[in-house]
Amino acid sequence: MSEEKHHIVPYRLYFIILIALIALTMGSVWITSIEMAEYTVAAALLFAVVKSYLVLTYFMHLKYDKRYIKIMVGFVFAIFLVVIIITFLDYLFR
Amino acid sequence: MEHAHHVEHPDMYDEESSKIGMWLFIFTELLLFGALFVVYAVYRYMNPDAFHLAAEELNRTIGTVNTLILLISSMTIAMSTTALRKGHRKTAITLVVVTFLIGLAFLVNKYFEWGVKFSHGIWPGSEHMLNEMSQGEILFFGLYFVMTGLHALHIVIGMGIMVFAIRGLANGKVKVERPSLLDNCGLYWHLVDLIWIFLFPLFYLIH
Repeated sequence: MSEEKHHIVPYRLYFIILIALIALTMGSVWITSIEMAEYTVAAALLFAVVKSYLVLTYFMHLKYDKRYIKIMVGFVFAIFLVVIIITFLDYLFR
Repeated sequence: MEHAHHVEHPDMYDEESSKIGMWLFIFTELLLFGALFVVYAVYRYMNPDAFHLAAEELNRTIGTVNTLILLISSMTIAMSTTALRKGHRKTAITLVVVTFLIGLAFLVNKYFEWGVKFSHGIWPGSEHMLNEMSQGEILFFGLYFVMTGLHALHIVIGMGIMVFAIRGLANGKVKVERPSLLDNCGLYWHLVDLIWIFLFPLFYLIH
């Protein structure tokens, strides 16, 4: 009990993040309703990436976690990205 | 100073270890769904037109409503961890109960959504699918049912963990000094939210 180990996240911050997430959801619905051919998927995914960043950072507390936990999470997403890239390199150049 | 502290916990409770354990489990979940997303990406790349056509069948409104529902429930369970840390046990219990009910609302929506598909003769292996749909459309709906179904299963499991969290909060086993069950319940629920954040645009918003 000698030190406050936990940062108590205020309710207000969670609410602000929720508003941002709702705004991004509406943004992604709006942007995919415009005809942009192949860029539609890219735009929708961009919104999804920003949303997942907010969820991971604030809702899942990564902002207040130790550095090695952040690195581990980043590492898993990096592995996933590599798998996607390698798969598509295979399909594009076979 | 800190060493003496550990003696007070003969049951070896360690909040950080609990958190790491939960994260390691979450990694396996991310890679499970990650593999399905890779399958989706490849089939979509090979059947772009069929995927567009099939996605028209999905209801954008119900998908958006379910997205908002899950985002709100993520906030309420995150708030319950704050309530617990502030020592507001009753508020924490209420917030988890609210999250549970919102999860239930998501499943009810899913029930009606799938019900509409079934009434249109669309389910894995249905005659309508096999006789009237192209290979690409069959792949789209196959992935749709497997991925949203697996996600709905995670919702059910998340709600099950919430029951334990509520019980722990009520009988005092989950408290300010031992918040891991509630924290991990929250992490799991956010994972479910995280997966939906990608399922939603890929299935509902592409046309």
